[in-house]
Amino acid sequence: MSLIKTLRKGIWQDNAVFRLLLGLCPTLAVTTSAENGLGMGLATTFVLICASLVVSLLRRLIPAQVRIPAFIVIIASFVTLVQLLMEAYLYDLYKALGIFIPLIVVNCLILGRAEAFASKNKPLASLADGIGMGLGFTLSLFILGAVRELFGSGSLLGISIFGAGYIPVLLVILPPGAFITLGLLLAGMNHWEAKRR
Amino acid sequence: MLPYLSSSPHVRAGETTEQIMRAVIYALIPACLVSIYMFGLPALATLFWCTAGALASEAICQKLMQRPLALRDGSAALTGILLALNLPPSAPWWLSLLGSVVAVAIGKQVYGGLGYNPFNPALVARVFLLISFPVQMTTWTSPAPLGSNIDAVTTATPLGEMKTAVMLSGTLPELPHNALSHYFSGQMAGSLGEVSAAALILGATYLFWRRIITWHIPVSFLGSTLILGGIFWLIDPNRYPDPIFHLCTGGLLLGAFFMATDMVTSPVSPSGMVLFGLGCGVLTLLIRLFGGYPEGVSFAILLMNAVTPLIDRVTAPRVFGTGQTKEAL
Repeated sequence: MSLIKTLRKGIWQDNAVFRLLLGLCPTLAVTTSAENGLGMGLATTFVLICASLVVSLLRRLIPAQVRIPAFIVIIASFVTLVQLLMEAYLYDLYKALGIFIPLIVVNCLILGRAEAFASKNKPLASLADGIGMGLGFTLSLFILGAVRELFGSGSLLGISIFGAGYIPVLLVILPPGAFITLGLLLAGMNHWEAKRR
Repeated sequence: MLPYLSSSPHVRAGETTEQIMRAVIYALIPACLVSIYMFGLPALATLFWCTAGALASEAICQKLMQRPLALRDGSAALTGILLALNLPPSAPWWLSLLGSVVAVAIGKQVYGGLGYNPFNPALVARVFLLISFPVQMTTWTSPAPLGSNIDAVTTATPLGEMKTAVMLSGTLPELPHNALSHYFSGQMAGSLGEVSAAALILGATYLFWRRIITWHIPVSFLGSTLILGGIFWLIDPNRYPDPIFHLCTGGLLLGAFFMATDMVTSPVSPSGMVLFGLGCGVLTLLIRLFGGYPEGVSFAILLMNAVTPLIDRVTAPRVFGTGQTKEAL
């Protein structure tokens, strides 16, 4: 598979959230606004790219028996990096995402790509895979966050869209709203995909 | 419908979904009329928007899913009416419309349509609206009977007053003179359908007579609320209201007769129904006395809807010729 193909499949065809339904915990928990979704997506993407690259580089050195702990240590190192960087430079976002930044460690998307792709492929391909998967993840979190912010707060990226007279649908930005919105988005996408074929 | 669990041969009752739904709609007519009399045009508008919205969403969903239109079975209309009876009279048109769309589309059709929904669609919509629009959903108006020349006044429901008073001072508010008879006939603030106990009992009598519902769920639901409410009242009558107050206020009667008895979302065996009703009653009372919301009927029924499959499993009758139920499980 060419690098471009590897990169592209993560964005739509094998999209982590909308196609594989991986990493749903942060997806549902933090997407109360487009900005939070974008921030979480980019933080995860950074970890995913770095972890994929390093796992791929070390793939011949890591014994198969202890590969999962080894992957986790690599992922956790980058998560710590992201956490400290966000605390220093993006403090508001850091506060908004809270516990879900350290929880990137247990995001099944990252461990899944390390196990299924990076540990079996060359560094360059793993890098492309990480970038594609990360962008796909970011995109889906951004879409979910945007839809929820639009109906739940009447704004988009903090800018009021519907005006002051709009009465927000509070449930959409509460946890049940995350499930309902994701379900409706999935239904819409499956419908669209089925029509395209 | 009486889902007696007996072995064959069976007698064909010839009852259809359409007939059952229609009977329940007939049974709700007294409550609808009282609400229109008490609250006037806003009540009529709410009923209209909810029913129209439910029918339209049913048609659109079935068209999208390329299924045969089943508006004639009356289930969408019934969901619409039940939702309207669960809304405050001052509900704006968009609230009713949005609620009916949520009820039919998210509460029923996403699961595969009538018969597959785990939760009561009208209650799903009511809770959706209550959480989403707390202000609009808890703005109550006092009843202003037709021809009485009174403007509608914003006020609290009896249960709301009780909750506020107990939270502020730890004691019950003084009930107005003749309060209980007023509550019984419908002269209190509340959702469209919950104000008149008399109208609801009239409708329920019709359902019992037609054998659409059995005594199991209503009796265990109301009974457990009454008994538990009575125990608390005996412990401290200054802090906990008497059981008759519980019975006549809020949506207890509407819930026990018309919402909890929904065939799709309640257990099928008689013992399961009793268990279901008990759970509803206990949860309702606990939410009313100790919860954050003044009224707990909708939450109680939805919670029990969620455990209905488990109740059905536990109370499944032994299959003839097999060992004890416990071994079969």
